[in-house]
Amino acid sequence: MNQITAILEGIGSTIQLLFRAASYTPSLWRQRARFIEQCYLIGYTTLPIVAILSFFIGSVLALQAGYSMSNFGAKQFIGSLVGLSMARELGPVMAAILLAGRVGSAIAAELASMKVYQEIDALVTMNIPPAKVLVLPRLAAVLVMMPVLAIIADLVGWFGGAIVSKYTASIAIEPEAYFSVLRRFMEFKDVLNGLIKAEVFGFAIVLVCCSIGLNTRGGPREIGAAVTKAVVVSLILILVLDYFVTKALM
Amino acid sequence: MSCAPTRNPFTHTESAAVGVSIEGLSKSFGKFQVLKNISFSVQPGEIFVLMGPSGSGKSVLLKHIVGLELPTSGRVTVDGKDASSEATREQVRMALVFQSGALFNSLSVYDNLALYPREHQVGDEASIREKVMRALQILSLEGTANKAPSELSGGMKKRVAIARGLVMEPQLMLYDEPTSELDPVMSATIAEIIATLKDEYHVTSIVVSHDRELALGIADRVGILMGGELVSLGTPAELRAPKDPRVAEFLYPKIDLKNPRFKKLET
Repeated sequence: MNQITAILEGIGSTIQLLFRAASYTPSLWRQRARFIEQCYLIGYTTLPIVAILSFFIGSVLALQAGYSMSNFGAKQFIGSLVGLSMARELGPVMAAILLAGRVGSAIAAELASMKVYQEIDALVTMNIPPAKVLVLPRLAAVLVMMPVLAIIADLVGWFGGAIVSKYTASIAIEPEAYFSVLRRFMEFKDVLNGLIKAEVFGFAIVLVCCSIGLNTRGGPREIGAAVTKAVVVSLILILVLDYFVTKALM
Repeated sequence: MSCAPTRNPFTHTESAAVGVSIEGLSKSFGKFQVLKNISFSVQPGEIFVLMGPSGSGKSVLLKHIVGLELPTSGRVTVDGKDASSEATREQVRMALVFQSGALFNSLSVYDNLALYPREHQVGDEASIREKVMRALQILSLEGTANKAPSELSGGMKKRVAIARGLVMEPQLMLYDEPTSELDPVMSATIAEIIATLKDEYHVTSIVVSHDRELALGIADRVGILMGGELVSLGTPAELRAPKDPRVAEFLYPKIDLKNPRFKKLET
C-alpha cells in the first residue's frame, strides 16, 4: 500500500513539476546561457557514444538480416530493413537509453546532491524557483537536442549497415544498391515518427530524472539510490512509452 | 590614498526590518512530534537567539519561518503574512544562513553572491558587482571572489553564506548554527558580524545556536527549546542565573568525573 502511495506521489509531483517549469517558459530567453550549457551537456557530450553505438547496431542488424535473408534470396532488401528499423525504432530507442544512462543519471545525481546538501532549500529561500532555473533549461535543451541525436543515430546506423553489407562476403551488396533500396522503401513519415518518439522519450527522461533528484531526502546513500531509481524508471518509461507512441503513430 | 567614505550599495537597508510571530506551532513527522505548541514573537530589528540541545527542533522551527516546512498546526507569520505562502517570500526579503553554508558548489564565490540580484534583476551588472564586492569586504573575504566553495575552509564558507545573505539586503536574516565547527576566535568573529549587521543595517536576526557566549553576548532575547517545547524566554541577563534547573544544566553544565552523566543514563 505504501509503495502504491509512493508511486502515485511520484507521478503527482512529476506532473506538478512539469506545470511549474512550463509556467516559467517566458523566462527562457533570459536563461539562454543555462539553456546553451544544457544543450552542450545533453547533445554534444552524448553524441560520440550515440554514434558509436548506432554504428554497431546498424552493423549487427545488417549482419543478422544478411544471414537470414540470404536463405530465401532477399538479401538485396537489407537496406530497407536496416533503414526502417533504425529510423522507426532503434535510433530513437537507443538514443533514449543512452540519454537515460548518461544524462538522466547525471541530472538525478546533481539535483539529488543539491537537495541533500540544502542548495535547493537555499534557492527556495532566495525566491529562485528550482523549476525555473534547474528544470526548465534542461527540458528545453532536450527538446532541441533529442531529434538531433536521433537523426545522427539513424544516419550512422544506416552507414554501419552499408559498410557491413559491402564487406561481408556472404552479403556483398554495394552501398549504391543498399541505399537505393533504403530510399525506395522508406518515407519521410518513418523518419518523422522516429523523431517524435525520440522527443517524447527525451522529454520524459529529463522530467522524471529532475523530479526524482528534487524529491530526494536523506544523505549520500539516498543520492546513489536516486540515481539508480532515475535510470531504472527511465528505462521502463522508454519501453512503455515506445509501445503507446508506436500505436498512436500507426 | 583617498579616504573618501564608501557609498553604501545596500540601498534597501534600514528600510523595513520585519517582525516574526509564531502562534501555537506544532510539527509532527509521522508519529514523532518535533515541535509542541510553540508561541513567541520577534520584534523588528531584534536579535533573537534560539538555543536548545541537539534534536530539540530548533532547525525545524527555523525552516517554518522561511516556509521550507509547513506546520502541522498553528501559524507562523512574517511581517503579518503567512510564512508558508510563496507570496510572502516574494514580498519579504528573507535570507537563511544554513549550518553547512549550502553554497552552490558549481558556482564561484562571486557567482554565489551575485545569483540573487541577477535572478531578481536588481540593478545592472556594475551595481551587482559593487554590492558583491562590498559584501565580501564586510566579511573580510576579498580574496575569495573567484574561488570555488570547495576551496574554502569551514569558517570562510559560513562567512560567504552570510555575505550571500547580505547581498539580498534582507529584512529578516536567519542563521542556523553559524558558529558550529568553528574555533573560538572565528565564533567570536561571526557573533560580531551578526551584531554589526543588525546595528548597521537594522536587520531582524534569528539565530539558532548552541553557543552560550554568542547568545549572552549579542542577543536581545534568548529562547530555549527542549524536547520540542519552549521552556524559557528571556533576556541574556535573566539567563545568567536561570531558575529552571533544566536550563541551568543546559547552559552551565558541570563536568562531574565522579558521577558522570552517561552512567546516570545507563541506570
